[in-house]
Amino acid sequence: MKILVCISKAPDTTSKIAFKDNNTAFDENGVQFIVNPYDEWYALVRAIELKEAQGGSVTTITVGGADNDPIIRKALAIGADDAIRVDMEATDAFQVASEIAAKAKEGGFDLVLCGKETINNNGAVVGGMLAELLDAPYIPLATKLDVSGTTAEITRDIAGGEEVLTAQLPVVISAAKGMAEQRIPNMRGIMAARSKALNVAAPAGTEASTEVKSYSLPPAKGDCTYIDAENPAELIKKLHEEAKVI
Amino acid sequence: MSVLVFVDHHNGKASKASLEAVGYAKKVADQLGTDVAAITYNGIEGDGGVAGFGASRLHVASNITLADSGQLAKAVQAAAEAEGADVVIFSHDDLGKAVAPRAAVRLQAGLVTGVTTMPNAELEVSKNVFSGKATAHVSFKTAKKVISILPNAFGMMPSEVSTAVSTFTPEVGAAQITVKEVKTTASDGEIPLPEADLVVSAGRGLKGPENWGMIEELAQELGAATACSRPVSDIGWRPHHEHVGQTGVAIRPTLYIAVGISGAIQHLAGVNGSKVIVVINKDPEAPFFKAADYGIVGDAFEVVPKLIHALKSFKASN
Ligand SMILES: Cc1cc2nc3c(=O)[nH]c(=O)nc-3n(C[C@H](O)[C@H](O)[C@H](O)COP(=O)(O)OP(=O)(O)OC[C@H]3O[C@@H](n4cnc5c(N)ncnc54)[C@H](O)[C@@H]3O)c2cc1C
Ligand SMILES: Nc1ncnc2c1ncn2[C@@H]1O[C@H](COP(=O)(O)O)[C@@H](O)[C@H]1O
Repeated sequence: MKILVCISKAPDTTSKIAFKDNNTAFDENGVQFIVNPYDEWYALVRAIELKEAQGGSVTTITVGGADNDPIIRKALAIGADDAIRVDMEATDAFQVASEIAAKAKEGGFDLVLCGKETINNNGAVVGGMLAELLDAPYIPLATKLDVSGTTAEITRDIAGGEEVLTAQLPVVISAAKGMAEQRIPNMRGIMAARSKALNVAAPAGTEASTEVKSYSLPPAKGDCTYIDAENPAELIKKLHEEAKVI
Repeated sequence: MSVLVFVDHHNGKASKASLEAVGYAKKVADQLGTDVAAITYNGIEGDGGVAGFGASRLHVASNITLADSGQLAKAVQAAAEAEGADVVIFSHDDLGKAVAPRAAVRLQAGLVTGVTTMPNAELEVSKNVFSGKATAHVSFKTAKKVISILPNAFGMMPSEVSTAVSTFTPEVGAAQITVKEVKTTASDGEIPLPEADLVVSAGRGLKGPENWGMIEELAQELGAATACSRPVSDIGWRPHHEHVGQTGVAIRPTLYIAVGISGAIQHLAGVNGSKVIVVINKDPEAPFFKAADYGIVGDAFEVVPKLIHALKSFKASN
């Protein structure tokens, strides 16, 4: 089974979020970058588990500049076999999905996995667009994934429960919590990653369909009103009369 | 040139998130001087409750029986073309996340998801990015536009428009997905977390799963859903679907009560869109107080029972 995992770079979750150039660009100064958690913990690890159990290969793909190479090396250290980096500064999900679709068609993959969403764009868009471009079934927010023969079996949470779905390969899946357990790369993996192929590919050159004009930070929250622990009735009163939420 | 809106349904009724999207679509249509057409699939009963929210027409794709994103995207495209719609609205809920990206590709439209504002005159919209730590203001570069709105961000916007229901059978091919099994975990009457207006949430400060009785009682008295921090669902004290935060569910209730949760940045990322936040924590230095509107510094095991008691007397006298 040939598996493609879409990996993106995200600021570490504790990073201070600031903008530059008149609030049009994210200020990367002093920011530590990580593999987007959903891509790493769930999509990548489940792909590696499936390969370990059933054979095949795991390739990662990233659309972005050379500044992505450290996070790609980390994915290789965790256990991906090789990596593709499409050398392009993508500015929206349609560009990313189109570039990945072009490579996925060349590679002929059985399974394409991505994360539920990136923690910087919070789009949850790339996987669905990719599936449409590949004319493949798409199951977002999967919490379990198994493959037997040419059938994928996927569990996902729905309102008030969960559903189990099946679809014929090739399928595109976005991974949510539950699909796998995080793996920490070991020394051997880190050494091995150095000699694995990170193939830099030229972009097909898709145009973006949306554009971020500017960013802003939310207004600072007003001060907290403290209520005496002996008198929670005061809280109820305030929620009713002042905040008007109950 | 109508505005098209996608409607999902459960047990024959349009979902709350969909009705929110219909109300939003109506406002966009008013802005553009046009009307709203809605599209849904087989299984809705009558208008499913869509009437009263602003859609003049509801098109039911009668040949789609399950929520297959590939088929639904084709149906949305067919309806958009029939209605001449350049703007299509979705809710950014589970099904919207599956269908909107596919529909946008088919329509050659730009897509912005998780939108929290009405479009401005240039049809630019805003959305949360960096897990709620910032807002991005986004413009479309395409003639057609797909906007997927954040659930609970707008609330219900009723509108006096009568809705004509009709069926159609778009070319959608065969379903690519088969439902093998549906497991219900929620007990009857339990409120699904992403749709809940009021949420009571608890963290590791509660010490063990046996102590959740008071949290459930408080939630029940309020008519709220329950949620938890990540470590709590990781250790298995509570089910995974209750985990809120960056890696769990992101919610935007009108009231979020956090009991024994420290307020780590990754937790806040999933709840900082709440209208009012109440924090109950025995540590006055807990970071959550910085994000709170109301705070009680105290031991949850003493404060929560008193709060339930106060709530009961409030309900009795109101
Ligand atoms: C990449 C990443 C992603 C993450 N994603 C998430 C996420 O999505 N959601 C999430 O929640 N976390 C997430 N975390 C974990 C997060 O960083 C915190 O570790 C977690 O939120 C802490 O949970 P907690 O507040 O329940 O526990 P603790 O941090 O242990 O806090 C317990 C709190 O309870 C208080 N307390 C103790 N006893 C009492 C009492 N008797 N009465 C009242 N208060 C009491 C304490 O003062 C303390 O503030 C993530 C972490 C990482 C690194
Ligand atoms: N630049 C990128 N390169 C490769 N994969 C990406 C990129 N951006 C997003 N993805 C994948 O698409 C998923 C959803 O991203 P998004 O639509 O931006 O929320 C992520 O979890 C990744 O798996």
